[in-house]
Amino acid sequence: MAPPKLRLATCSLAGCFGCHMSFLDMDEKLFELVERVEFDRSPFTDIKHCGPCDVGLVEGGVCNAENVHVLQEFRRNCRVLVAVGACAITGGIPALRNNVDLWDCFQEVYHYGVGVERGQIPNDPELPLPFDKVHPIYEVVRIDYFLPGCPPPAEAFFRLLSDLAAGRRPELPAGAIRYD
Amino acid sequence: MTQTFLLDGREVPFRDGQTIMEAAAAAGVYIPHLCHHPEFKPHGSCKLCTVDIDGRRGAACTNRAVAGVRVQSETAELNADRLTLVQMLFVEGNHICPSCEKSGNCQLQAVAYRLGMTTPHFSHFYPLRDVDASHPDVLLERNRCILCELCVRASRDADGKNVFAVGGRGIRARLIVNAASGRLADTDLAADDRAVQVCPTGALLRKRQGFAVPIGRRLFDLQPIDAVGPGQESGGEG
Amino acid sequence: MAQQDNSPPDCDLAAIVARHGGDSHNLVQILRCVQERCGTLPARAIDELARRLGLPRVRVEAAASFYHFFHAESHGAYEVLFCDNIIDEFHGRAELMQYFCERLWLEVGKVSEDGLVYVNTTSDIGLADQAPAALINGYLVPSLDKARIDLIAEMVRQRRPLAQWPSLLFDVADNVRQPGPLLADGYTPGEALHAALALGPEGVLEELARADLRGRGGAGFRTALKWSSCRRAPGGAHYVVCNADEGEPGTFKDRVLLQRHADLVFDGMTLCAHVIGARQGFLYLRGEYRHLLEHLEAVLARRRAQGLLGRGIMGRAGFDFDIAIHLGAGAYICGEESALIESLEGKPGKPRNRPPYPNTEGYRGQPTVVNNVETFACAARIALLGGEWFVGLGTGQSTGTKLLSVSGDCKRPGIYEYPFGVPVRQVLHDCGAADAQAVQVGGPSGTLVSWREFDRRIAFEDVPGAGAFMVFSRERDMFEVARNFSHFFARESCGFCTPCRVGTSLLRQTMDKLAAGKGSAYDMDIMKQLMHILKTMSHCGLGHTAANPIVEAMADFPEAFERRLKALDFEPAFDLDGALQTARLITGRDDAWAHIVAAAECDDRGACALPPSSDSP
Repeated sequence: MAPPKLRLATCSLAGCFGCHMSFLDMDEKLFELVERVEFDRSPFTDIKHCGPCDVGLVEGGVCNAENVHVLQEFRRNCRVLVAVGACAITGGIPALRNNVDLWDCFQEVYHYGVGVERGQIPNDPELPLPFDKVHPIYEVVRIDYFLPGCPPPAEAFFRLLSDLAAGRRPELPAGAIRYD
Repeated sequence: MTQTFLLDGREVPFRDGQTIMEAAAAAGVYIPHLCHHPEFKPHGSCKLCTVDIDGRRGAACTNRAVAGVRVQSETAELNADRLTLVQMLFVEGNHICPSCEKSGNCQLQAVAYRLGMTTPHFSHFYPLRDVDASHPDVLLERNRCILCELCVRASRDADGKNVFAVGGRGIRARLIVNAASGRLADTDLAADDRAVQVCPTGALLRKRQGFAVPIGRRLFDLQPIDAVGPGQESGGEG
Repeated sequence: MAQQDNSPPDCDLAAIVARHGGDSHNLVQILRCVQERCGTLPARAIDELARRLGLPRVRVEAAASFYHFFHAESHGAYEVLFCDNIIDEFHGRAELMQYFCERLWLEVGKVSEDGLVYVNTTSDIGLADQAPAALINGYLVPSLDKARIDLIAEMVRQRRPLAQWPSLLFDVADNVRQPGPLLADGYTPGEALHAALALGPEGVLEELARADLRGRGGAGFRTALKWSSCRRAPGGAHYVVCNADEGEPGTFKDRVLLQRHADLVFDGMTLCAHVIGARQGFLYLRGEYRHLLEHLEAVLARRRAQGLLGRGIMGRAGFDFDIAIHLGAGAYICGEESALIESLEGKPGKPRNRPPYPNTEGYRGQPTVVNNVETFACAARIALLGGEWFVGLGTGQSTGTKLLSVSGDCKRPGIYEYPFGVPVRQVLHDCGAADAQAVQVGGPSGTLVSWREFDRRIAFEDVPGAGAFMVFSRERDMFEVARNFSHFFARESCGFCTPCRVGTSLLRQTMDKLAAGKGSAYDMDIMKQLMHILKTMSHCGLGHTAANPIVEAMADFPEAFERRLKALDFEPAFDLDGALQTARLITGRDDAWAHIVAAAECDDRGACALPPSSDSP
């Protein structure tokens, strides 16, 4: 009998979905993967909330309140939580805003930006409220494994999930660590 | 008669006055480092080259080789502690590799690769640091400065200019330049100064040269830092 | 010069540089002088000093920006720095400082609107026996209470020059509670020197060796060895340096020695000069002891007149020696001997790579003896009374007596002299500390002795240190003691090496997180990792010992830490809800989604007011 499939959730917080695109770059190996893995919440499934899972892959850093809620939902539901990509691990490109004052950010976006006329700062509760600074996800919840890269290559995703499905501790092969 | 010491069990010859780092490099043995460069006076500040010398820890770049001592460098414990130091450097500054021109040619990054860093581990400081783009040919990006003082030494000892120093103290220490305005443009730094070339990170960069080499063909894409050879880590322009 | 129209009348850079011989080695002294006379070190002063001294501007700026007491912006007519050592904290520093700020409408770390007053905190100033205390325009003001704060506020309001303030404000007590042979009265200046000249250099070294005198700064290196190796070391000149940079929080014995027994110390330095063949000596006096400067200069002048300094000392042709006082500018690290020498040479006080050690390559690269104030005093007594006498005091490995600077929760804080080997318990009894739970011996870099170990002895072989003895009663929170020390080390790290520069800040950050009730077991692991790195990878003693207070408090008072752990597993590195405050202010929102409820307040299934995610239907 085949071993039970690994239940997997993925999400992108303050990221560009580039890690997800890279995941898909494993091309025909995806067929091999779906033999071992089934998806819970993920852009691939359009499931909105995460149920109990074996593995959660989180792309992107934490830049606003909603990111925290999603991240905490993942942490509560995923046995193993993996930080995927430069943004989840260091804040990445979104963290470039960390040396800009938040007030200046708002001014630029809603008042003085190119093409903005009579702009005003929205106060709609539907809009996630931004933090003073963008943070990596390991500063908000406990993270079990890290998959660096911008994005991590498809092989790295495949290898990580294969290791986890086989009950092995995932190891990046020597020379496979890249931050860009 | 040649004098030798034991480095990770291997006999390494040395001349009088040579440091452990120099003797190791001459023998083709890599010891991780960031603030060391064979052309310049040893500094001993990054502490990455810390080795075990007869049971006592010390920096390989500042400790002289002594006949018969047993030096340990490639141990799991030392590399774990070196990794921690690199993680400290990453959270201390603002090192965002995907947006950095130096990525792929950066020694901080390459040492972190070698030590297996997958996360900076500690909480980020996200300090507010000035970028100085005033100079026509050179960018000073303090967010990426690791205070190794290689540019300080190179400007003083090779260029004869004293363009740089470290000002302030403690966690607020910062690279300062030799001008009342505090601007690089008002110093006598030239684009081909050694000071610019020896920067191990992207803190000092020649303008209009970023991203010239495609990903996959940059210095540390092609070989790990321990294979590059002493003094060659700062790349082709060095 | 037209630019300097607004400067005080004696703010004449050319004259200041000339007074210091135009020598760039005196840069720190010159900067101190400019700071004191001109009030600030503005960019144009840096420019001019660089030009006059022939130094790259960047080097002048590096030194000017290193020391705490130098600043480019004006601190007004009155700079009030409250000491924030833990003893002062436990004696109400925060409350008094706030009271002062309220009296004068001040904000900490900023010059008042009228440009008159600046208020901030500073590291220990050597008055732990008279806490809480402050430094006003560089002068010590002990024993603060509300009445004194009222008086100070009134003086400030009347804009009275410091010289016209009631002198009682600046009365620093010696508080010698128990004198011994070192502190004995009735010493005649030159007495020890006379004896040393009779013994001759070798004779002095023999007596020091017989006495087995060890350095009183804390490290305990054997003085005879240090002096004789310096004596043998080849060099164009030899130097004697007295380390009076008494920065270890809780220590103040050197202040008292220099106030009451300066001749004994200077005799010790002079006989050292005789032994090693030095013509020049320095007293490196910490900036916080500025008030002693005139007194010490007067003693030196008298000694010159008495033939105890200068050319042909005591009528000996060829025995030429003089002592200059170098005033520090606020830097604990300068107590480390090689950092002290860098500072003497006009540079930022960053410890050198060692070896070589100062006794072969010290000041200006020449053989240099650096010893603590108390060590020179001991050497003088030994020259006078002999090594045999000294060995008769103390223990096998710790001969002689030790001055303890006793402070904290006791009835009689002050200076106590004991033969080495005295049990902690006896000191506690003598100083009237009935309810002690712990003593920090040797300051933050020393040893925490808990109530379980009060039979331990003050000695190199048991509890060593420079003699700070800070007593904490049972009502004190030992976690707060450790946290205070973590702030001290982060503030005082010179920033040279990675482990100390970053590690001390990370430790401080983690201790603050615990203090805010947001710590977890994860944070405890982070701290253990940092401690290991600091201890084994740092460049100098500051880094090596920076984690000690936390390590020891964790071991001796684990409950003080455990009480503060919020979650067993993990807590965010930053205050999630607090980090939304700016955005709340900007948007004017205060709805449920504009807040983050602590994860602990959610149930297992995440039913904790989860807002609709943006990709929800």
